[in-house]
Amino acid sequence: MKGLLTTGRYLAVLGYVLFALFPLYWLFKIAITPEKLIYTEGTALWPKFTTLDNFRQVIFYSDFMVYFKNSVYVSLGTAAITTVIAAAAGYAFSRFQFRGKTLVVILLLITQMFPLLMIIAPIYKIVAGLGLLNTLTSLIVVYTAFNVPFATFLMQSFFDGIPKDLDDAAMMDGCTRLQALRKVILPLTLPGLAATLGFIFTAAWSELLFALMLINSNASMTFPVGLLTFVSKFSVDWGQMMAAGILALVPSCLFFIFIQRYLVKGLTAGAIKG
Amino acid sequence: MAQISINHLFKRFGQDEVIKDISLEFEEGEFIVLVGPSGCGKSTLLRMIAGLESISSGEIYMDGKRMNDLPPKARDIAMVFQSYALYPHMDVARNMGFSMEIQGKNNDARQTQVGDAAGILGLKKLLARLPRTLSGGQRQRVAMGRAMVRNPSAFLFDEPLSNLDAALRVEMRLEIAKLHKRLATTMVYVTHDQVEALTLADRIVVLDHGIVQQIGTPMELYETPANLFVARFIGSPTMNLIDVRIQQGQLSIAHAQNTIDLPELPGQDAARHLGIRPEHVQPVASGKGHLQGTVEVVERLGSDSFIYVQVEGAGQLLARSSGNTSLQADQPVGLTLDPTHLHLFDMQGQALV
Repeated sequence: MKGLLTTGRYLAVLGYVLFALFPLYWLFKIAITPEKLIYTEGTALWPKFTTLDNFRQVIFYSDFMVYFKNSVYVSLGTAAITTVIAAAAGYAFSRFQFRGKTLVVILLLITQMFPLLMIIAPIYKIVAGLGLLNTLTSLIVVYTAFNVPFATFLMQSFFDGIPKDLDDAAMMDGCTRLQALRKVILPLTLPGLAATLGFIFTAAWSELLFALMLINSNASMTFPVGLLTFVSKFSVDWGQMMAAGILALVPSCLFFIFIQRYLVKGLTAGAIKG
Repeated sequence: MAQISINHLFKRFGQDEVIKDISLEFEEGEFIVLVGPSGCGKSTLLRMIAGLESISSGEIYMDGKRMNDLPPKARDIAMVFQSYALYPHMDVARNMGFSMEIQGKNNDARQTQVGDAAGILGLKKLLARLPRTLSGGQRQRVAMGRAMVRNPSAFLFDEPLSNLDAALRVEMRLEIAKLHKRLATTMVYVTHDQVEALTLADRIVVLDHGIVQQIGTPMELYETPANLFVARFIGSPTMNLIDVRIQQGQLSIAHAQNTIDLPELPGQDAARHLGIRPEHVQPVASGKGHLQGTVEVVERLGSDSFIYVQVEGAGQLLARSSGNTSLQADQPVGLTLDPTHLHLFDMQGQALV
């Protein structure tokens, strides 16, 4: 009976994993299918012939590498700046009482209330006024502005999870507040920082709406906008588009592999409480 | 070692006044226990001495030096927290040596100091372990070791034993007493447990609602409580209290016809409450003694028996007799009160001498 239950559980998980991974599989399958087979083979699960032509095309004969580089720059920049600001703000919210704290929290929440579509026009005007249209800087600024509130609350909850006694103990041991933060609190917040970095990186990496509005020169396009260039007026180059999609997954995967050990620590954070 | 003076100290959180005009003098090497129910301001007072809490008004001096505006690191004080507050990412040795690490002391000096403290506390084998792998008692020892390594001029303890189980608490209490004997450093210890207060303290400060109720040696507090609050708070089981009235030297129970025939109560007409500790109430044969009642419950502890007696007009009184008693529940019984150990309090709860 117990064995049956375990088997059932594994089957359910397997079913879910298949369901979740199937689109990725399809992405991969189309990417390695020669162009002439895409329409003739229909929905066959594996093409008769496979090819890496699509990848070759994307990497060597399109602007994909430029988009890719731009995206890495924007995403890393956004993730780094947002996390630094959010960590500082989150620490302040968690540890200090100050005048206007509630007001700041409310304002941060209010920024999250508006649908992005609604504020596209004003953002465009502001960015244009600053002369930042078609620059990657504009994207970093806008993404950072959007992500800081959520990231701040996220970081605050991580700081809240660390007992205040540890700050006090460190200060009794001779630390200034900054030293206590650096030597005791921050090392314990690494999982939180990693989670925030990962979250913001992914959000910036896949953002399309603002990138589309604020950038129209090929040289400053990020990857999601660049993907659209595979759609022309008369045809869609599915094979290359899918190949580009696969390549776009690579940095996200690398990034998560890199921060994974901190994330896992974050999942077991309860165990480290003093 | 340090002598600590507190002058007209106040602490306000917005409208709330949690410390109200407290003035205290702690002598060098003294073991002071701050005791009171939760919310009485004892921890706040301790944190103000530590420098972790700002001072609304008043002054704190250590060895004549004003501490008010000094950060914790400049006060030469070590503190042991209720939660232990060990650094989870550092092993025991680094936890204990952290203060020296911050001061930039070299590795050898650190190892020597940490080794010495670990030796005293029996932590030598645990130095390479992380806090999460330690038991509660071991963590408590590490927290004490961390304070010792600093060799401070005063130790502060914030309810250090309340997270431990009963047996371990007794053991650690003894360790702290030994530690004080060995180091002879000024120690200020906060607890809500009056047993810890009585057993550890040179002097006890009883606090309630941010006001000092009484300061004195454990036996002074036990034998001559200054008011009803202290009388109720110190001593376990608690003191018996009876509402009374004195007229022409005659003590009578307020809500009954009973008079208690006790001689020599001159000039105490203001008395409204009579307090007497359970060990000074003795059960006698029914019909004899000062009060008559019925046994409700008998608790036998082997060394002592606690006899709960219902007395008309006076409510439930507790008598404590040594050894095993032959009394049974529902049995009528007389009670004698030791006239030399009566405590009389006036309407406001202040003790009458």
